[in-house]
Amino acid sequence: MRLTLKVWRQDGPHRVGRFETFEVEDISPDYSFLEMLDVLNERLEERGERPVAFEHDCREGICGSCGMMVNGQAHGARARTTVCQLHMREFKDGDEIQVEPWRARAFPVLQDLVVDRSAFDRIIEAGGYISVSTGSAPEANMIPVQKEVAEAAFDAATCIGCGACVAQCPNAAAQLFTAAKISHLNLLPQGQPERWHRAVNMVEQMEAEGFGSCANYRECEAACPKSISIDWIAKMNRDYLRAKLRGVKKMKIAG
Amino acid sequence: MAFDPRVPAGPLEHKWLGHRDHLRLVAPANRPKFEIIIVGTGLAGASAAATLGEAGYRVKAFTFHDSPRRAHSIAAQGGINAAKNYRNDGDSVFRLFYDTIKGGDFRSREANVYRLAELSVEIIDQAVAQGVPFAREYGGFLDNRSFGGAQVARTFYARGQTGQQLLLGAYQAMARQIEAGTVELFPRTEMLDLVVEEGRAQGIVARNLVTGEISCHAAHAVVLATGGYSNVYYLSTNAKASNVTAIWRAYRRGAYFANPCFTQIHPTCIPPSGEFQSKLTLMSESLRNDGRIWVPKDAADTRHAAQIPESDRDYYLETKYPSFGNLVPRDVASRNAKAAVDEGRGVGVRKNGVFLDLEDAIKRLGRDAIEERYGNLFEMYERITAENPYQVPMRIFPAPHYTMGGLWVDYDLMSNVEGLFVLGEANFSDHGANRLGASALMQGLADGYFVLPYTLANFLAPRLGERVTVDSEAFRRTEVEVQERVQQLLSIDGKRSVDSFQRDLGRIVWDYCGMSRNERGLETALQEIPTLREEYYENLRIVGNGESLNASLEKAGRVADFFELAELMCRDALSRNESCGGHFREEYQTRDGEALRDDDHFAHVSAWEYLGPEQIPALHKEHLHFETVQPTQRSYK
Repeated sequence: MRLTLKVWRQDGPHRVGRFETFEVEDISPDYSFLEMLDVLNERLEERGERPVAFEHDCREGICGSCGMMVNGQAHGARARTTVCQLHMREFKDGDEIQVEPWRARAFPVLQDLVVDRSAFDRIIEAGGYISVSTGSAPEANMIPVQKEVAEAAFDAATCIGCGACVAQCPNAAAQLFTAAKISHLNLLPQGQPERWHRAVNMVEQMEAEGFGSCANYRECEAACPKSISIDWIAKMNRDYLRAKLRGVKKMKIAG
Repeated sequence: MAFDPRVPAGPLEHKWLGHRDHLRLVAPANRPKFEIIIVGTGLAGASAAATLGEAGYRVKAFTFHDSPRRAHSIAAQGGINAAKNYRNDGDSVFRLFYDTIKGGDFRSREANVYRLAELSVEIIDQAVAQGVPFAREYGGFLDNRSFGGAQVARTFYARGQTGQQLLLGAYQAMARQIEAGTVELFPRTEMLDLVVEEGRAQGIVARNLVTGEISCHAAHAVVLATGGYSNVYYLSTNAKASNVTAIWRAYRRGAYFANPCFTQIHPTCIPPSGEFQSKLTLMSESLRNDGRIWVPKDAADTRHAAQIPESDRDYYLETKYPSFGNLVPRDVASRNAKAAVDEGRGVGVRKNGVFLDLEDAIKRLGRDAIEERYGNLFEMYERITAENPYQVPMRIFPAPHYTMGGLWVDYDLMSNVEGLFVLGEANFSDHGANRLGASALMQGLADGYFVLPYTLANFLAPRLGERVTVDSEAFRRTEVEVQERVQQLLSIDGKRSVDSFQRDLGRIVWDYCGMSRNERGLETALQEIPTLREEYYENLRIVGNGESLNASLEKAGRVADFFELAELMCRDALSRNESCGGHFREEYQTRDGEALRDDDHFAHVSAWEYLGPEQIPALHKEHLHFETVQPTQRSYK
């Protein structure tokens, strides 16, 4: 295959970026999208040009490192697929492909397609855990969990933290990520003692990070490589509201 | 430097508890006076950071990822073993211990393996309390499945994403400590050297991957939890950034490297499809619970799988190993797959795989049940190969996956360098010459949650009041050396990319020190590796500088260390004149082609000591004493 790539290039944080156009040839339809970028980079290096920076690691769709806008869609057009699992057989010979980094104020660009997603980590730090220090756990089967509840918690917990939901949202909102993390723990019996604090802490941390507001576009759900449902956003809003009615305020619960 | 495994005396089942009762303690009020560096935030590193933070120590956690949650533990699929005996099928701590030491082909330390089996049950308790959503039955209790090398069902799992869920549990526990202020996180920061003075680890030198800034960090103890080195083969199931640099640099500073040639080639991966392929993808071993492995009986058979009748199929594992069948340990499954492909009976266009067929299971249990168990794996397979595994059997082939070798540690997980502790895949301690499935997660978490917190306190207690500082000659010297190394790589200005060298190196190591090895091949590799390495330092090209994000520069440092490791692996494989587990020397096999161990001469850990550049390293042997089990010829028939 032969392709024309229009790639966002930005030398560093706070630098002015621009699109650059590259032609790539001899691309096998069996390559993944990232392998296609590997080929581009190897050719750029041969010519003494700086390769395109992009994040990636496991290349099997679970680490959440990779992510870029491919023709305006987070991780590309194929549903439920990270860009490392997107294969070139999804494209046609001669296609022009536009490649951009996640675009959101809370995800500043570091270089080319690499952005800073540490805001997600700070949302987790605010309350995305069950406070159980090592050693204090009861015997595992002392806590029976309804199968349906365990499955639902898993569905929420499967989020890989890639940021596609934010990138795809016209408002750059992080509701889907935050809701998935809150719901995973708030559904489980183990998560009940901190349920209200967790909802308030994480929602308010999310707002403090500069993400936008949710306006129910549902773009996040469509872009999510792990099919996280927006139903969790409704659950998060419910938990948040109930917590506020109880007078719960954001406070440090970690110890 | 001491080279004493320091295994406690007493009967096997009392060693750990007895040892624990006599370890020194650090009082809660004194713990904030100690600084601990932890490198790596996978299962081992994150669980250690969380637990030490909870205890009140001051922890600095380093990861080269943007977030601790990206560590490659996240990709572990199948499950985690624990001797809970919830199935009432005869499991016990002893049986898990026995299966693990036998699975490792009697090349691991009895006491370590027994402790691992003991702690396995506590890991499940801890993970469940953290909210890890393990699979459950309708009664609300935890479900299990079975894995290779065991005849009981003791594997706990969260669909095909057990590693992800356990890592998120540990990461969240660590996040809580970051919020609490006990753990300070250094993301996008890569350790490039260990600082050692007078045989004691003083701290590390690290590089900020965004700004290129080199910084020094001092601590009372340094903990390496930096994973394995399968990427020495270039194509492996490891994440692209997984590398040997942290432990290799520690080796160059005096830490012994144990059993480097013990590498695991995992039987169930998707076969390679082309030249530019960047990595191999694992299909969880759990598929062997319900999948049947076969190849056509006749090498010339080119019919589609569905058209090949039962009578023309060779279910070679079921025939050869009737009692374990498709659930033989990984090394055995891999070697038999290689044999089938070498005979020309491979399947697929490139004839480079064997079938893993779930048709019978789909018929027996229904498509829904199979989808619930393996849905995400089937989807991943379909994406990569464009074949639908519900209709056509999967094609699989072995791929490098895990490294049992690593830095040598004593029973307390401390290396021979005082104050340097090594956890998880980065150490050599628990899996001998072959790791059983669902044991890596168990070991990483046992080390981090339940071993290190005790043994580290014991090390620190007498050092109360010691001041740590980066203001020393050792730090200054090491920092300069790191800077020089970075500059050296940048200034070569040759013509070839890092990737092209890594691919060539990987091919040599795979061909000569992969699934089977022989003397002539290893000698050849020991000729070819230094030649390629010489070219590396003359003809490498890195574009850009060291003052910004530069992925090629990062890779170049890692590949430089892989070159040196590759040589040590071959040297180790050459010196071990026996076959055991994943180390299969063609000269040493039984009449029916199984690994032939030599307990009289090789019942030891090979620990290599670095003696300087271009010097042949010194080999030290830790003899393995089997007090409880009798090493036997492994039989899974």
